[in-house]
Amino acid sequence: MEEQSIPIGMLLQKAAKIRAHILEMVAEAKSGHPGGSLSAVEILVSLFFYKMRHDPKRPDWPDRDRFVLSKGHAAPVLYSTLAEAGYLPTSELKTLRKINSRLQGHPDHRVPGVEFPGGSLGIGLSAAIGMALAGKVDKKEYRVYALLGDGELDEGETWEAAMAAPKFKLDNLTAIVDRNGIQQDGLTEQIMPMEPVGYKWKAFNWHVLEVDGFDFRQVIDALEKAESMRNRPTVIIAHTIKGKGVSFMEWDPAYHGKAPDKDTVRKLVKTMLEE
Amino acid sequence: MLVQLASMRDAYAEVLLELGQEDPRVVVLGADTSVSIKTSLFGDRYPDRFFNVGIAEANMMGIAAGLALAGKIPFVTTYAAFVPGKCLDQIRNAIAYPNLNVKIVSSHGGLTVGPDGASHQTIEDVATMRAVPRMHVVVPADAPSTKSLVAQACRTLGPFYIRLSRPSVPTIYSASKDVEVGKAKMLREGSDIGIIACGIMVNEAMEAAETLSKTGISAEVVDSHTVKPLDSETIVRVARKTGALVTAEEQNVIGGLGGAVAEAITESHPVPISRVGVRDTFGESGEHQELMVKYGLTSKEIARAAKQLIKSR
Ligand SMILES: Cc1ncc(C[n+]2csc(CCOP(=O)(O)OP(=O)(O)O)c2C)c(N)n1
Ligand SMILES: [Mg+2]
Repeated sequence: MEEQSIPIGMLLQKAAKIRAHILEMVAEAKSGHPGGSLSAVEILVSLFFYKMRHDPKRPDWPDRDRFVLSKGHAAPVLYSTLAEAGYLPTSELKTLRKINSRLQGHPDHRVPGVEFPGGSLGIGLSAAIGMALAGKVDKKEYRVYALLGDGELDEGETWEAAMAAPKFKLDNLTAIVDRNGIQQDGLTEQIMPMEPVGYKWKAFNWHVLEVDGFDFRQVIDALEKAESMRNRPTVIIAHTIKGKGVSFMEWDPAYHGKAPDKDTVRKLVKTMLEE
Repeated sequence: MLVQLASMRDAYAEVLLELGQEDPRVVVLGADTSVSIKTSLFGDRYPDRFFNVGIAEANMMGIAAGLALAGKIPFVTTYAAFVPGKCLDQIRNAIAYPNLNVKIVSSHGGLTVGPDGASHQTIEDVATMRAVPRMHVVVPADAPSTKSLVAQACRTLGPFYIRLSRPSVPTIYSASKDVEVGKAKMLREGSDIGIIACGIMVNEAMEAAETLSKTGISAEVVDSHTVKPLDSETIVRVARKTGALVTAEEQNVIGGLGGAVAEAITESHPVPISRVGVRDTFGESGEHQELMVKYGLTSKEIARAAKQLIKSR
């Protein structure tokens, strides 16, 4: 991959806009999960605005790459990315979590571009394996991406899936772990120690890459390496910060599932978009 | 009269502390939701009897089975969407089958979880748990009865499933000694229609009875907090007296309290019955009051069902 061909400026701009959307939507909804949405922004931007072959006008295009948000509580980052990509109007984002809205608290198929209703943690990687297997059976070129939380790795099903993907030689599957170090009750290493997380995946026969999850060049480089790997699935451990971009949210487990108020958000968004 | 609101999970956290003090066999397990459900308070007081297993509900249930086999009284708690949702097999094979002394207390049951949406709204847990042999199924109506029923479950041998709702609810019981596991509680006497409710729908049933009385209909209201074993004796007595029953629950109309009541009366004293509950559909995001209105979980809906039954008699 030629470094120059990565449109860093555009990606940075998208990331800033998406962060602003996330904050505005959860403030408007007065609930939701900002922390794990903000930590995953650069990952989704790299996928939807650079790596994935997809077409917002044809969400059902059979050859599209698929993105599974297994950590479905991060729905705000998915909806705002889909909106920025053109799957739905950005004006609709403020209906998040409201009655009669398409934008359910956790991803829902009513929203074009949503591939899987993640919400109950631990299921997404299995579903991604299913999509990848179908791609192999149908001799399709599409790739499947699944984003998992690091707390989500506690679920046994994740490791059942982790055993299965190498068995089926799913080189069309890339798992990404949002390694933000925090789950709901507190720090992952206190609630359920996950280290050495890279070695765990290695022991399960995955191709393992570790990146700074906010560095577009590193994330994209890893996605490219995953694509050129033959006969093995890749997992990218993306080191991130929960609540990234909002100083008082960063590293604070309380902002896993708490919305900041509208006034605060207004000020935050102003500085964010000016930068 | 001023309506007093109180939270079932606060009540649960309080009674756990009392039980922990009273009985050293009491241990508590959590699955990364213990701050939200406040069982972390037990962990603060008794750190060596509290186990947070991370987001691993099936493992939590298996561990609880082992703890019970070794003489402990495990209280297993997370959101109702995942307990029993993620671990029915462990509950069935590792806990109910060997009749272990495990108390499963789930919070955030029903639709009133609110904006999280359908993935987190449990409308089939009462039906599933009721179908498991040996399982007691209890759905308390308010904070004081939560305390009392949880404490009784602790002192009663065998597996329990106790389901709590998320919002703060009006207090119905003044003294917590008013309720007894396995005994339906008559809250209001009446002669034209019987309303059998559980959980947060008990308060709606009381309001419906009040509305109905203004139109000259006398409704009897029963809190059937213990869905299993059902107090069929009381329910059949109400059926005989009133001649028609409305059931009300924050659950799918299939297989929960409505199902249990229908089964009980068809076997001994069939009367017309109308089931108020979620009509076999998934919920959605929304504020809990909005959801109750949209999905027909209101006193208005109960009163409407009651009038309909009386009219067609
Ligand atoms: C099976 C299941 N159990 C519990 C929950 C409640 N829950 C929602 S988010 C969360 C913590 C997730 O932590 P992590 O995977 O690290 O997500 P992130 O930090 O990326 O937000 C929990 C316990 C759930 N959604 N699903
Ligand atoms: Mg995390």
